Parts: sequence; C-alpha cells; structure tokens
Amino acid sequence: MDTFLQQVVNGLTLGAVYAVVALGYTMVYGIVQLINFAHGEVVMIGCMVAFTVIVALASAGLPPMLVLALGALAAIAVCMAVGYGIERVAYRPLRNAPRLAPLITAIGLSIVLQHLALLVWGRSYIAFPQIIEVKLYRLGNAETSATISNVQIAIVVASAVMMAALLALVYRTRMGIAMRATSQNPAVAGLMGIDVNRTIAQTFLIGAALGAVAGVMVGAYYGIAHYQMGFMLGLKAFSAAVLGGIGNLAGAVLGGLLMGLIEAMGAGYMGDFTRVCTLDTLLPGFAEACASNPDASLLGSNYKDVYAFIVLILVLVFRPSGLLGERVGDRA
Amino acid sequence: MSGAQGRRFPPWVGVVLVTIALVALPFALMQAGTAWVRITNFAILFVILSIGLNIVVGFAGLLDLGYIAFYAVGAYVYALLASPFFGLHWPFWAILPIGALVACGFGVLLGAPTLKLRGDYLAIVTLGFGEIVRILLNNLSEPFNLTNGPKGISSIDPVSVFGLSLGGTTKVAGFAIPDAVKYYFLLIVLLVAVIVVALRLQNSRIGRAWEAIREDEVAARAMGIDTTRVKLLAFALGAAFGGVAGGLFAAIQGFISPESFVLNESVMVLAMVVLGGMGNVWGVVLGALLLSFAPELLRYTIEPAQRALFGKSLVDSEVLRMLLFGAAMVAMMRFRPAGLLPSAVRKRELARLAQDDNA
Repeated sequence: MDTFLQQVVNGLTLGAVYAVVALGYTMVYGIVQLINFAHGEVVMIGCMVAFTVIVALASAGLPPMLVLALGALAAIAVCMAVGYGIERVAYRPLRNAPRLAPLITAIGLSIVLQHLALLVWGRSYIAFPQIIEVKLYRLGNAETSATISNVQIAIVVASAVMMAALLALVYRTRMGIAMRATSQNPAVAGLMGIDVNRTIAQTFLIGAALGAVAGVMVGAYYGIAHYQMGFMLGLKAFSAAVLGGIGNLAGAVLGGLLMGLIEAMGAGYMGDFTRVCTLDTLLPGFAEACASNPDASLLGSNYKDVYAFIVLILVLVFRPSGLLGERVGDRA
Repeated sequence: MSGAQGRRFPPWVGVVLVTIALVALPFALMQAGTAWVRITNFAILFVILSIGLNIVVGFAGLLDLGYIAFYAVGAYVYALLASPFFGLHWPFWAILPIGALVACGFGVLLGAPTLKLRGDYLAIVTLGFGEIVRILLNNLSEPFNLTNGPKGISSIDPVSVFGLSLGGTTKVAGFAIPDAVKYYFLLIVLLVAVIVVALRLQNSRIGRAWEAIREDEVAARAMGIDTTRVKLLAFALGAAFGGVAGGLFAAIQGFISPESFVLNESVMVLAMVVLGGMGNVWGVVLGALLLSFAPELLRYTIEPAQRALFGKSLVDSEVLRMLLFGAAMVAMMRFRPAGLLPSAVRKRELARLAQDDNA
C-alpha cells in the first residue's frame, strides 16, 4: 500500500509538470489549430536558463528562494522571447500555407533550438543545483514509508496557481476574450476589431511562459538537465493534451495528471506484473528465462517512456476528441 | 538525368554518358582517398531512404517523422540473419526481401491505427512510433536477448554477390579494388532500380491515387479511391524501401546499434525530401546528395575557416550540420516551399494558392 501511495505522489507531481507543459500545447492548438512542435525545446531552454542564472547567483549569498525566483523569471523572459520568435518565424508567415508547411518549419526550428542549446550548454548532462534543501514529510502514520518532499509540494502548488491564473486570464480578461474569439473564428474576430496577429502572438507568449516555469520545475525535480530533454517531455505533454482533449484547458490539466499517474504506475508495477517467473505460472515457456534470472521482467521501468505513446495511440484510435474535447482529431 | 529531352542526340547517348560517369566516379574519388567512396556510399543509402520517405510524404502527403524505424528494422533483420549472433549466415539476396517484407509489416502496423489521423497528429504518432522502436531495440536484450541492447550487433557478414564477397580488397588485373568501391557498384545498381520503381509508381494508378488523396482526401474517396488501402500501401511501400536501405547499411557497416536510429536521422531524411522537393523523385535525389555531402564540405571549409579566424574550432561540423538542416527546413518552407526541384503538380498548386491570396 505504501508503494502505491508513493507512486500516486510521484505520479501527481510528474502529472502537474506535464499539465503545465500540456497547457502550452493546448493554448496554441486552440488558437491556430496547429501543434507547436518547438514547445518541448522552449521547456528545455527554460530549464537551462534557470540553471545558468541559479549557478551564477548561488555564491552571491542571496536567500535560496530569491535565487530560484530570479532564475525562474529569467527563464520566463528568455522563453517568451523564444516563443515569440517561433511564432514570427515558423507560424505567422505560413498562416495561409498548406498545413504541412508550418509543421515542417516548426520541426526545423526545434532542431535549430536544440543544437543552439547544445552549443551554449554542452553535450553532457548538467546537474541542476539543489539550492533548496530537500525535506521529506511522511504521509500518514510512521508505519507507512510513503513520503512527499517540499520540492514536490512546491511543484504541485505552483502548477495549481498557474492553472488558476491562466483560467482567470482566459475567461476574465479582455485578452482572454480576444483569444477565445480568435480561436472560434479568426476572420470574424478580425472584423470585430481584434488584432488577430497580436492575439496569436500573445498566446504563444503565454504558452512559452508556462513552458519556462515547467522547465524550472523539471530541473528542480529531477536535478538534471540535458539539451535533448525537451523532446521526450514535449511528446508526453502533447500526449497528455490529446488525452484530455486538445484545445481544452481543463482537458490539458486532467490529461497531464492522468499521464503522470499512468507513467508512475506503469514504471512502478508493470515490471512486477511481467516478471518472467510470474508469467511462467500463467503461460509456460518462460521457465528457462526464469531460472537464469528470477528478477528479469518483460516490461521493466526502462519502458516507462513507452506508456505515453501507447496512451496517445489508443486515444487517437478510440476517442480522437479526448476525454473532455470539443474538437475532433480527424477533421480534414 | 538522362538526355531524354535532348533533341540533337538520341536518348541512349545520355544514358551511356551517365553510365560512364557513374562507373568512373569511384575511381576518380579514390584518388582523393577511399574515405570519399565510403561517404558516397552513405550518400547513396540516404538517397534510397529519401526516395522511400518521399513515397509517404511527397506522393501521399502523410508526414512521417519515425521513418528511421523502418531503416532500423531492415538493418536488424539483416544483422540477425547474417551474423554470428544467432549463428545464422543467410545469403544477402534471401535476406533483402525478408527485410523489406518485415519493414512492410511494421509500416502496416504503424499505418493501420493512424490512417484516420490528420497531418499533425500523424506526425506525432509516427514520432512516437520511431521512439518505441528505438526503446525496444535498446531493451530487448532481456529476458530474451534479441537485439543485444545498446551494445548492438557486430561482425555482420559482408554481402556476397555471385560468389564474390564484397568485403575486403579484391585484386583485378593488378588493381586493388577496396570493399567500398565494390559496395558502390552494388548500391548504384540498387539505386537505379529504386529510382525506376519510384518513377513508375508515381505515374501508375496507385501513384495518381496518392496524389488525389494528398490534394483532397474527401474528393478522392468520392472518386471511388479506396483511401484506406491506398494510404496503407504508401506506408508499406515506403517502409519497404527503408528496410532495403537498412539491410544494406548493416552489411556495409558490419556493426549496428540503436545509436544509429535516433530521431535526428528521421529528421535528416525528412529535411532531404523537403529540400529537394516533396513529390519529385529527382528533386529528392538532389536534396539527399546535397545534405549527405554537406557535413563533409563543412568539415573541409568551415572548420579550417574557424581555426583561421578564432584559432580553434568553435562549432563542431556535426552540430553545424544539424543547425543548417533546421534552418534549411525553415527557409525552404518560407521561400521555396516546393523544394529545389519542385514537382510539376506542387508548383501549379502553390501558384494557385498565391493567386488565391492575392485575390
């Protein structure tokens, strides 16, 4: 039971991060009906910039929370610039082009961003500085060994605050009204006096800012950063957005949390379920493998990256509109 | 290209000239070093891959970002059937069709659940598929050792054609012919076959059906095209080309590991197709050759230039190549979306689009 609780805690933390990244995908998708292929790189750059700032300020003797906040602010600023650049270079000039075109420019940009990051931060894994002392809190009585760390709590709280702020922005401000109008019908929104180009740029900026914070959270949680980290993270978050129903803000949050839980549970349990000795009792034929290595399993935790794709494919086949989605995935 | 459009010479003159040039090329390159023949061989492999991907992306308009998975499947099929790993040493001609068939199967496996999806979703799913294949290759070393995990499979048999082994150096009339040159001739023969198949496919009933689907799927279905079957066929055939290229890669390299089949390779092949001109076989050939030789050219131009300017190499040519690929994809889509050598239909289409914009 404590393992289960622990996996739930880990899964929800991971899910909170995925949800924030997924919000970035879903915002952009909602407004231009295109996937922002370079969003994963934005998250990676956010993580890297925060890393650089925190390392630079670590010896200055400032309070750790302030250093972290400054790192996050720098990441947000840089990522917003990158997000704006993505929109201007890859999406705006191709707004009326065939759908394949902006997709290819975005892939090209994501390759460029990844290799620029390689040039700046190098090829190897970077240890993200642990400036905040990790404290573990027990869940429940002393018998259970499930714990939650202050970093995990901070991630979940920060995600919740950002989601609430985003919802307020989209449903309570003029900017949000303009965004929703543009997403429904850009041409008519333009006739109503909305600056469509500006609104789309704002959406990319907000998505990038969310990505930046997610990058800082990933860095703080895993403690490592790498120039290719954005790729897998972006794919999983995108899968989460599709699971929840792309274009739908609540869907992105739900999808993100579910995706985090699925991954944590998959990594935590699939290995045990598919242990060769267990399988041998059900299906004969694994006896030899069981004898040579009783701990071997078919789907160990090294398959954790596969679950997101399996979920993605299942959702796209059986419910392309996602759990809460309004849009259908196969519109021509 | 042969001199088919030349008025003053009969067409066979062009064919003969191109043949002579292709036969003489490796010997000319050998003067600069056998390494250049090897580079050319890999360039030809990438041309075959690009032609295969062009079937999916260019002809049928389905964006596939996991194409390298089929290359990997072909390579592993060859490696498993012709290496000491399982103690099997099947002949090359037997394995090549098997590799193509298995890759075909994987193509259908990927195609079947994704047929209903639109361009961008399809791109993500194929991306995921490519990653799944790579993760499987990395992890299928236990509990049953099928792929030997990250260590890869080594001492793969060289190709043997009519009793002549293409590995090692052969002496012909006092000339030492290295393995790279022998592989070059095998690759050229296969390349010509692949180009002919691709060109014939493009003008066939299926090719026209692909084009119709790319332009307007609903209209294509209304015209009586079985879109599901035709799209699956695009995936399967494209995958088969990838499988063939993969088998050749394993044989030439003698060693394969999951390292060779990462996402960047898929993107590279896509960049070749986009640069050359989606849908045009000759354009794709040009794009693949340009981007295959790009890193070598960069190594010999940019690296010394950097050393001269800054005293050291600041930007690795490999990184520079990827930066260039990315930038080329962006620039091509913005300024010449139909590629360097656009296909006639694409060109018409884009001209019409521009008109619509002006109207």
